Amino acid sequence: MKAAAVDYVRPRSLTEAIDRLAAAPDEARVIAGGQSLLAMMNLRLASPALLIDIVRLPELLAVTDDADAVTLGACVTHAAIEDARTPDPSRGLMPRVASTLSYRAIRNRGTIGGSLALAGPAADWPAVFAALDAEVTVLGPNGRRALKCAEFATGPYETKLTDEEIIESLRIPKLSAATRWGYVKLCRPSALFADALAVAIVDPGRDLARVVIDAANGAPLSLDDTASLVGAGQRDLAALRSAVGADLDRASDRHFDEFERSLHTVAAMRAVQQVTA
Amino acid sequence: MTAVRLRLNGAVVADDVPPRMSLADFLRERRNLTGTHLGCEHGVCGACTVLVDGEPARSCLMLAVACDDREVRTIEGFAGDLVMEALRRSFHQCHGLQCGFCTPAMLITARDLILRRRAGSEHEIREGLAGNICRCTGYTNIVTAIAEAAKEIAKEASDGQ
Repeated sequence: MKAAAVDYVRPRSLTEAIDRLAAAPDEARVIAGGQSLLAMMNLRLASPALLIDIVRLPELLAVTDDADAVTLGACVTHAAIEDARTPDPSRGLMPRVASTLSYRAIRNRGTIGGSLALAGPAADWPAVFAALDAEVTVLGPNGRRALKCAEFATGPYETKLTDEEIIESLRIPKLSAATRWGYVKLCRPSALFADALAVAIVDPGRDLARVVIDAANGAPLSLDDTASLVGAGQRDLAALRSAVGADLDRASDRHFDEFERSLHTVAAMRAVQQVTA
Repeated sequence: MTAVRLRLNGAVVADDVPPRMSLADFLRERRNLTGTHLGCEHGVCGACTVLVDGEPARSCLMLAVACDDREVRTIEGFAGDLVMEALRRSFHQCHGLQCGFCTPAMLITARDLILRRRAGSEHEIREGLAGNICRCTGYTNIVTAIAEAAKEIAKEASDGQ
């Protein structure tokens, strides 16, 4: 199908984009790579009256690399991360994740900011950036605010971003040399959205231990008991598996059926074993 | 209508387009470049893949207006390209197409795989082609054709050194 009629503007600055959005927050949609939005528009699942194209704004393409973190502009593409054209704070995790997202033609255009803003329930970046303890900076008519990625998505396709705000950048703390990470995605045809997805990171240098699963009937889900055990060096598989079980039990609002529970357990255990191996 | 000016297969073109017009429809209906095929129109089948600023992109998931000042290359724009010539010969020899609907995008995707050195094994080629659907299901010959072309290009590169 074809998209419905729409107006289009390409602001010259982020400030102008914010002004445009604030003028019509209900009718306007911000477009970056457009790899999800245009598909939804072609299917007539979305029909905004105005598109505000931000993908070429220099403010959103800026990359800074300082002592303890890398900051990526919201419009950095998945392919740029895959090819390590941007500095990698994650000791190989982010390029690895990027290389598994959809197809290369999509990765060439799709952006990290777009992925976080859409908050698709089976998307990789929301879980990975939550596990990396990254922070997202958003800009709106009332100024800037920073939010932890772990708290940014609130549900499937729902975030703390208001209708008048635009994601500006993402600050990702650098992992230390002693870090171990695991990343597992269960999906039948390669490159499609995951049936289950798990990322585990243990960085003794930063006292960071995180296990996050996604495609979990909502926002990315932190498995805190499991993370504490893995962080403490637990390698006993039965103990780890029972911690995963306890974490999944606690998320009773996700209403996992037996099959989903089994998939998430397998994904989480495999990711954890990549860390403990 | 919004004015758009882009470099298309090496030549600058300017036009006024409705903002909702996809790059694919612009290419086919305004420029008569019908080698770009539209299958699903939501980014899944890969048949509409073209190069935007040198990189493969779905022309159904780009607006023509968003290509202002960009460089677009379609299957009609590869005359004299060594990798594309090798792929065309190889698709011919290995019977890498039946109906031909997916072929332009298969060629453009395969060229990108070879140039990024992601066509070194059958597994790598199959991974790289996951986003291009052939409804004749002729994948075996397509993969063989790409592997042969990649070998030829690698040989030419090493002979040339």
